[in-house]
Amino acid sequence: MWDIITNALPQLIAAGLKYTIPIAIISFLIGLVLALLTALVRISKKGGAFYVLKAIVRFYVWLFRSTPLLVQLFIVYFGLPYLKISGLAPEGIKLTPLVAGILTFSLNTGAYCSETMRAAILSIPKGQWEAAYSIGMTRALALRRIILPQAIRVSLPPLANSFISLVKDTSLAASITIVEMFEVSQQIAAQNYQPLVMYCLVAALYAVACSLLSWLQGYLEKVTSRYVSNAN
Amino acid sequence: MLKLEKLNKSFNGHRVLDSISTTFPEHETTVILGPSGSGKSTLLRSLNLLERPESGLYRFDDELFDFAKGFSTKEVLKIRRKTEMVFQDYNLFPHLTVLKNITEGPIQVLHEKSDPAKKRAQELLKKVGLGDKAAVYPNQLSGGQAQRVAIARSLAMKPEYVLLDEPTSALDPELELEVLKVLRQLAQEKQSLIIVTHNMAFAREVAERVLFIENGHVLFDGSNQDFFNTKNKRIVDFISAMTFENI
Repeated sequence: MWDIITNALPQLIAAGLKYTIPIAIISFLIGLVLALLTALVRISKKGGAFYVLKAIVRFYVWLFRSTPLLVQLFIVYFGLPYLKISGLAPEGIKLTPLVAGILTFSLNTGAYCSETMRAAILSIPKGQWEAAYSIGMTRALALRRIILPQAIRVSLPPLANSFISLVKDTSLAASITIVEMFEVSQQIAAQNYQPLVMYCLVAALYAVACSLLSWLQGYLEKVTSRYVSNAN
Repeated sequence: MLKLEKLNKSFNGHRVLDSISTTFPEHETTVILGPSGSGKSTLLRSLNLLERPESGLYRFDDELFDFAKGFSTKEVLKIRRKTEMVFQDYNLFPHLTVLKNITEGPIQVLHEKSDPAKKRAQELLKKVGLGDKAAVYPNQLSGGQAQRVAIARSLAMKPEYVLLDEPTSALDPELELEVLKVLRQLAQEKQSLIIVTHNMAFAREVAERVLFIENGHVLFDGSNQDFFNTKNKRIVDFISAMTFENI
């Protein structure tokens, strides 16, 4: 059994480093930007044309939270080539597996994390906004300097949860032909007829990666909470 | 000179400020008194535009603004830089050290350079008796210390008026004294102060002008001496009730 593990391990780690981790990190970063923008639109007090934008982002969040991630991946990778838009994409929208994967994971993460960020921003007491306004800050400056740094501390545990989930969800990328860690384990299992060993091995690698992320989460929570934990 | 004319403000159909007209002279301490729910805090917050009355005029030196027409962002920021607010609950920024709480406004809003802003913040901390607290976070301060930092933060913006909304009502008597000492010193230095308070002894000692409000109306607007010697039965009753409360 050790031979099987030692033979497979380098290939699995290589696939993890080449696809699993980069897909997770890039998708999460894009998702965070999307989440922040979505949350800001949703908490905005502006009216007029903003109502349309609010309706659009509400629909986006609803759509991606109400449908399975695997279905979303299939729609983007297998479905979009059939969406022919004259002038823009007359041959349909054909994305490479990697781009389709990152796009779907980003949109999905953005929808979930936007609710986390919205709740975190709304949890900051009104007095913090007022104190920032009172010293002459604009809404944007107050948000950047006063509200978001506090909201990040509040949102860190649920955001870390989302990232850990995303790392595991990248295994679904195998279904759109991305040769990431789980896909490699399937390929090796098909050759050596040891599915139990191979799938346990890949599960252990995901567990190691997620444990490291949990440790990182704890460290970041400690750093961002230093002004809370310093209390007498 | 800060002047209000015929200010009206309602919350859910209930009139909180009813045609309030008054003047807040520069370099004087004005104390706003009145029973709970009389509209004192709403009036004070209107001066900093944290509340927006539906109608009324707001005159700052030579500039006249109309609440009914609204304010541009530029006008709001201009007024807020001249009128700094100190809140009952301090509202210090918990993620910033005491020093950064004070330098945040000067650096980010007034675009002052970091070193002079820090130097002035240290001076202000010494002034409020907290020279050794620059590096600590707000949650390591007592209520009295936090409120003194909040006062230093407002002074760092070099405002024309400092507006204080019940600055000592969340403090026990010993901590209240720390804050009152600082305010007394500022009053003696002729910093323009507008203070909403329930502390009659303090009002009697530091106020040059008193504004008494009840049910959104101005019942008295005049000198300290005239207020505490008035024959107006409602005010006499209020003073005796509040003096008893302070005992």
